Amino acid sequence: MVLAERENLLAAGHRACPGCGAAIALRQILRALGRDTIVVSATGCVETFTSPYGMSAWEVPWIHSLFENSASVASGVQAALEFLQEKSSVVVISGDGGTFDIGMGAMSGMFERKQNITYICYDNEAYMNTGVQGSSATPYGSSTTTTPAGRASFGKIQHKKDMPAIALAHDVDYVATASIAYPQDLMKKVAKTKEIYGPKYIQVHTPCTIGWGFDSSKTIEIGKLAVETGLVPIYEVEKGKPMVVKKVKNKKPVMEYLKFQNRYRHLLKGEQKDIADQIQAICDKNIERFGI
Amino acid sequence: MIGAVCKAAGSLQYKTGTWRDNRPEVNDNCNGCGICETFCPDSCITIENKKCIIDYDYCKGCGICANECVRKAIVMREERK
Repeated sequence: MVLAERENLLAAGHRACPGCGAAIALRQILRALGRDTIVVSATGCVETFTSPYGMSAWEVPWIHSLFENSASVASGVQAALEFLQEKSSVVVISGDGGTFDIGMGAMSGMFERKQNITYICYDNEAYMNTGVQGSSATPYGSSTTTTPAGRASFGKIQHKKDMPAIALAHDVDYVATASIAYPQDLMKKVAKTKEIYGPKYIQVHTPCTIGWGFDSSKTIEIGKLAVETGLVPIYEVEKGKPMVVKKVKNKKPVMEYLKFQNRYRHLLKGEQKDIADQIQAICDKNIERFGI
Repeated sequence: MIGAVCKAAGSLQYKTGTWRDNRPEVNDNCNGCGICETFCPDSCITIENKKCIIDYDYCKGCGICANECVRKAIVMREERK
C-alpha cells in the first residue's frame, strides 16, 4: 500500500517556521500522491518557504503563477496532459487566502469544467505569510492584525466561510476535510483522489504556531483539539455515496482548544467571555449537524 | 512574463539546523514506530533499524517529535553553541 512506504518528496532545508503545520501537511500529501504528480501552487506560505530562487524543496514538478489563478494554471496543465495522453495527477496546493478569497473564482471555473484536478487547500485560517491578516477562513472571535481584539472589538466579527459546502454546490466528485493531526486519514483521502476522475476538493486544517500563538511543539496537539471539540468537522463526501464523518468519542469543551492560543487570549476573561460561549455554540451545532 | 526553472531539492544547500535553540535527543526507549517521522515538518527524521535518526543539519528544534512520542524516547535539551 502506498501509505506504508516512507517516501519523502519535500526536501529538508525549506524555510518554514519551526513547527509549521503546512509543512507537515505538504509532506503527508506528497507521500500519498507519489512521484507521478504535477503540483501547482498559489502564492502563500508554502510557495514562499519552498521556493527561494535555486533552492526549491520540491522533488516533484511544481509551478507557481499568481495568487488568484492556480486553478486556471492547473486547468491548462491538465488539458495539455490530456492532449498528450499522459497520465499524471494534477494537484493544486493553495492556502486558505488563495482558496477562500482570492482564487475562488478560478477554482469555481475549474469545478464547472469538470476537469480532472485535485484542489487541496491547507487552511491555516489567515494570511500568515504576509503577517497574519484575517481571511474569510479566519474563525469567529479570532484576533488577527486586521481584526484585532481590544476594547472596541472581540476579534473577527464574521463567521468562517463554509468552503467545502461551496465546493459541494458545484456537484464535484469528491469533497473532504482532513487534519494534519490524523495523518492516516489525510493520506487515505489524498490517495483516494487518484482513483476518481473529475474535480476533487480537500481542505486540510493546519495549525500555525506564529499566527495562532502557541508553542512550536504543540502543532499536532492543537490540531487534535480542534477536531475533538467539534470546531473542525472531519468528513468526506463521495458522489453518490452517503457522507462519512469522523466520530469523536469524548468531546472536549472548546475552552480546552482556545486557552492554548494567543489569538483567543482575550476571550478567556472579562466581558468578552460570552464570545467563547458563542464559539461553543458553533461546536455544538457542528456536532449536531454532522453527527460527530 | 518572467519564468525561471531550478533543480529539485536545491533547498538542501541551506542548512536550517543553525536556527535551533533546543536539540532533540533520542534515548533507548525508541522502537522506530515512525510517529516522529510522520509529524516532522522539516523532513529531517529517518527510521533505520527500528531507531529514529535525526539530521541535525536541518532540524529546527521545534519539539513536535518530543511532544508526540508516545514512548518518551525523544527529549529536548537546550543547545549550547
